[in-house]
Amino acid sequence: MILDFSSSLHIVWALLPEIVVAVTGLVVLMLDVFQRGSRSAPSAPWVGPLAITGLVGAVLANAWLLTLEVPAQNAQIAVDGFRIAMNFIVLGVAIFGLLYSFDWLNREGQFTGEFIFLVLMAVVGMMLLGGTRDLIVLFVAIELMSISVYVLTGYDRRSRRSAEAALKYFLMGAFASGFLLYGIALIFGSVGSTNLSLVTSEIALGTASNNPMLFAGVALLLVGFAFKVSAVPFHMWTPDAYEGAPTPVTGFMAAGVKAAGFAAIVRFITIELAPAAEFWEGIIWWLAMLTMIVPNLAALAQDDVKRMLAYSSIAHAGYLLVGVAADSPLGRSATLFYLAVYAAMTLGSFAIVYLVAGKGDVRSKLSDFRGLGWRRPLLGAAFVVFLLSLAGFPPTGGFIGKLYLLSAAVESGESVLAITLVLTSLISYYYYLRVIWKMYFEEAPESLPTPERPGLAFGFAASIGALALLVAGLFPGHGLRTASRAGEDLVPRAAVVAPGAAPSARPSGQDPAASRASSNVSEPER
Amino acid sequence: MRQAYIGIAILLVVGLLNAGLFLALSHLASVRRPTKVKASAYESGIDPLGDTRDRFSVKFYMVAILFIVFDIETIFFFPWASIFRELGLPGLIAMSVFVLVLGVGLAYEWKKGALEWE
Repeated sequence: MILDFSSSLHIVWALLPEIVVAVTGLVVLMLDVFQRGSRSAPSAPWVGPLAITGLVGAVLANAWLLTLEVPAQNAQIAVDGFRIAMNFIVLGVAIFGLLYSFDWLNREGQFTGEFIFLVLMAVVGMMLLGGTRDLIVLFVAIELMSISVYVLTGYDRRSRRSAEAALKYFLMGAFASGFLLYGIALIFGSVGSTNLSLVTSEIALGTASNNPMLFAGVALLLVGFAFKVSAVPFHMWTPDAYEGAPTPVTGFMAAGVKAAGFAAIVRFITIELAPAAEFWEGIIWWLAMLTMIVPNLAALAQDDVKRMLAYSSIAHAGYLLVGVAADSPLGRSATLFYLAVYAAMTLGSFAIVYLVAGKGDVRSKLSDFRGLGWRRPLLGAAFVVFLLSLAGFPPTGGFIGKLYLLSAAVESGESVLAITLVLTSLISYYYYLRVIWKMYFEEAPESLPTPERPGLAFGFAASIGALALLVAGLFPGHGLRTASRAGEDLVPRAAVVAPGAAPSARPSGQDPAASRASSNVSEPER
Repeated sequence: MRQAYIGIAILLVVGLLNAGLFLALSHLASVRRPTKVKASAYESGIDPLGDTRDRFSVKFYMVAILFIVFDIETIFFFPWASIFRELGLPGLIAMSVFVLVLGVGLAYEWKKGALEWE
């Protein structure tokens, strides 16, 4: 099928995965609230499977997008390999995140329907974030994702820690959204459009270079993104928010929100704002540098595994930024591959932490992991795989991902970043391996309760996650090929921007800057 | 284009200077004889009781949120209605989806009992 965006129906086809997820969310919310007898009654057991079915449907719809031919990419949403790959990652995060969460929801007696609804809405935002090519849609997507996640952070209403984390995250997040919106306004002010194909060609034509307003806009946009992916020095909220949030939510946040944030950085900064590279190259470089060093040192001092993993997730944002800083197709492919691997290992480790922590999330100290490997051998083995992968040890996907990032950095001549990546990974061995040491080489005291046996869904998700990491480490060929195809397939495809924006996408306002933009854009077409 | 803003900039500066000047003048030139009654928050009213940072029932917030939701809905409805004919069927469908989503939210709130005051 050929998609041409001239009819509204084709926009529906282009957005099919997102629509499937959104409709699933609304249906789950309605069915759930209307089938409950009383207000405090628990959700029906079929709510979870229904949501998973919807997400699998979205995965199929997303796979169907691969078969489409899109000759003219002029809509506000891109249909390219990168978006489809990001959608697969985000949908995977949602499916596995939900499978991991069911045990927690049952244990803590939380409402299931609303939880699923919020997760699905956040997922719609994340998917749009990876695919949109318009600054307004970008803002709406980022807010849809963030607001859902703020609520999820405070989902454990009776927990003080959860409420505190939600408030901190909300205030900092709102602040970041302000930066982002201000950046968007300044870019609009200096270029005259929110449509990125117009913005890109305007910058490429040189009319906007040496423009301080554009520079400020790009910088503020980057600040907003850096908050969302918790890059140093915009990471201050992360340890508190990640520690206080219900643990399955922390895993979902760390994997999903970060993946979506990186999708936006790759698409908006390195692709669409490529002509303005002089503005952001240095910023990204320093963000990557600091984000690798600071959290790895801070994590050394943590004795709480959950907080340690929060710092570790910031450090991984640093590794991912190396792929962005490489600013090449190889770097983007490496970022994609690492995001997929990172999502699997982060979701898995946070899920195991909540299982060990027990009711009320009380036991997440390092000493609470003593003897876990002998008391729950399968759980321990899965945790070992996740931790080794986070550290980047050879038979796991984490190793291949880091190798890929390193080769991208070296190829682009960013050897300082590559060396820092290796050195900070070495530091991180200490705090990851310390947990494994506690699990196998220290006796658990009698007073320490054995963690509960996980449910079927949890076991399924954990074994698939751990196996996938091992497969990615041992037989990486297929994954690497997929990632490299997706990393190269981004709209606009040529390095020289083809200003083929449709008339419908052009701003129709009376703003002189806007009409200037359109007239400049149409010049190369002649 | 930038010249168009010069007038606004002048207005801003003059306005600030004007306000500052009068504040400063009244501060410097006025005669002050404070009495206890004059210094109280309300010269002719009930004396304030307790802290202003009091806890309100969450019910007020529910009403406020509902108000905002439907307020925004109205804001979207007006421009849509004014170009309704040009938008045609796609516009009608898009607006129906928007209203449907709002309706789901309202139904949820209703079923959850957020609309009951008791």
